[in-house]
Amino acid sequence: MEVRVANVRKEFDRFPALHDVSLDIRSGELIALLGPSGSGKTTLLRLIAGLERPTRGKIFFGEEDASLKSIQERNVGFVFQHYALFRHMTVADNIGFGLKVRPGATRPPAEEIRRRASELLDFVQLSGLEKRYPAQLSGGQRQRVALARAMAIEPAVLLLDEPFGALDAQVRRELRRWLRDIHDTTGHTTIFVTHDQEEALELADRVVVMSQGRIEQVGTADEVYDTPNSPFVYGFIGDSSSLPARVEDGQVWLAERPIGLSAPDVPAGAATLFFRPHDVELLDGCGGCIAGTVVNSRRVAETRRVELEVGGDRQRVEIELPIDHAAANKSRIAFRPRKWKLFPRAD
Amino acid sequence: MADPHIETYDPEHEATSAAITESRPARAVLMAIAFVFLALFLVLPLVVVFNQAFAKGLETYLTSLNDGDTLSAIRLTLIVAAISVPLNLVFGLAASWAIAKFEFKGKAFLTTLIDLPFSVSPVISGLVYVLLFGAQSALGPFLKAHGIEILFAVPGIVLATVFVTFPFVARELIPLMQEQGTGDEEAALSLGASGWQTFWYVTLPNIKWGLLYGVLLCNARAMGEFGAVSVVSGHIRGQTNTMPLHVEILYNEYNAVGAFAVASLLAGLALVTLVLKTVLEMRYGAEIAATRGH
Repeated sequence: MEVRVANVRKEFDRFPALHDVSLDIRSGELIALLGPSGSGKTTLLRLIAGLERPTRGKIFFGEEDASLKSIQERNVGFVFQHYALFRHMTVADNIGFGLKVRPGATRPPAEEIRRRASELLDFVQLSGLEKRYPAQLSGGQRQRVALARAMAIEPAVLLLDEPFGALDAQVRRELRRWLRDIHDTTGHTTIFVTHDQEEALELADRVVVMSQGRIEQVGTADEVYDTPNSPFVYGFIGDSSSLPARVEDGQVWLAERPIGLSAPDVPAGAATLFFRPHDVELLDGCGGCIAGTVVNSRRVAETRRVELEVGGDRQRVEIELPIDHAAANKSRIAFRPRKWKLFPRAD
Repeated sequence: MADPHIETYDPEHEATSAAITESRPARAVLMAIAFVFLALFLVLPLVVVFNQAFAKGLETYLTSLNDGDTLSAIRLTLIVAAISVPLNLVFGLAASWAIAKFEFKGKAFLTTLIDLPFSVSPVISGLVYVLLFGAQSALGPFLKAHGIEILFAVPGIVLATVFVTFPFVARELIPLMQEQGTGDEEAALSLGASGWQTFWYVTLPNIKWGLLYGVLLCNARAMGEFGAVSVVSGHIRGQTNTMPLHVEILYNEYNAVGAFAVASLLAGLALVTLVLKTVLEMRYGAEIAATRGH
């Protein structure tokens, strides 16, 4: 089922949570809504589900205008951040709930509901736990039950709010791979919300990066990582360092010196230079480079991360060095980013 | 088989830290004070009630209970409780539902209003109905013309009781429902349940013990209410006397055994309520822990 969000705006008590958001999701896609808290990603998910109504704009499921439908009619599978399992019902009753509450004509007989619940439990690899109560399950197991419950109604769209937010790192990685498998098997159009970029980049077909109620960029993991289209995305996805710079005569200037990067297509004026700390070229001499004094150095896994003070106004910037690099405190280091991007800055 | 992934929540297992424990003598003194106080002010009066009731033997006790007016008072008390407790169950549920699950203007005001019967003297609660439905009121002539009796009759007593006992159910449920939030309801709706199904299958089971607890307290108060009922009842023996009113009348007539016999029934009700309340708390402590509002 395709999902189309068309110019949706949502206000809570006149305070806008989403400004004019549009998004096209293809049938069978696995989409991540990624952003810091307060970026509106959960609001967008709840709007698609029908748990909230848009202040303006429409949401289409296929050709149908879903904004006219109630949440019950939309037939979405929603997995809540804290699972919202019914604590007084067994696992089997939880999973069968969506079938049990169907109106008489379309409700399967009790025996059929039980069978479906067992099948789904097998599918989420929790066979034999039918009689357990949610309190007797671990976090990861609850998550799987919540997913099975959402899938029992054969939803048009599967929506997950911070699906791995409450789990520890180990279980998280495991479930992440598992969710990808499930998605590939069932082919449901799936949208999940996360603030964890690693999760979004690893899992999703396309990532929707959001900030302050707006969509900043939509793209594959490669696109948002390699060609971020805004300072926010550059800063938010992956590690990044930035320096205030200036463009003059098609050259990038830092303080009063050109640093050997040419930017012929960028209009002259103030700009911010972004680059990845690990993607730098270390230089010996400095005729056209960024030079700084090491003020801080720490070991991070396979690399050494140093903080440099650059230029007269002592801007701090981080780069990564090979661990065998002799970068003691106060030593001078010169480098030039290999890949970088300039965003014009209003002064 | 034991599964390493299973964590069960055990509310009993919150060990008290040694750092906040008082020394042994200090604990003994505190406990002694509490026990002496309880004995003097609660246990002793209770003993006196039963002692006085049975002062002239079991037979006199039973005879005094078997009196026509006494039986009528017991019947009336049961009728009043049977009407006002279900009413307040419904009102309390509706009010807590509205307050806990929705945002609307005037919510804070409504929450305060629910506590009004707690803060107003019961006598005033009764007087309000006298002013509203009495012969001198605006409604008085209309009621008289249509032969509707409210004051000095069962409807007035029920109204006053409903007013006084209104907060019990709501006060138990509001914090509980607020703590539970709307997640379960949203889940049920997203699975296609109607509003009514959501209430029946999800909300009600989640609050049932808190609700029972509130109903229990509400019932105890409904049967024991004196002030408000006293104002609207008219004290007609055998007709509009409830048990607490009847106790007073018997006592004023120096019928100590009769008065204390009826009082012992009320005290018995209190004891049963306490036992049930304790059992509920022991059994479902975690679920009603959120309701310790008063």
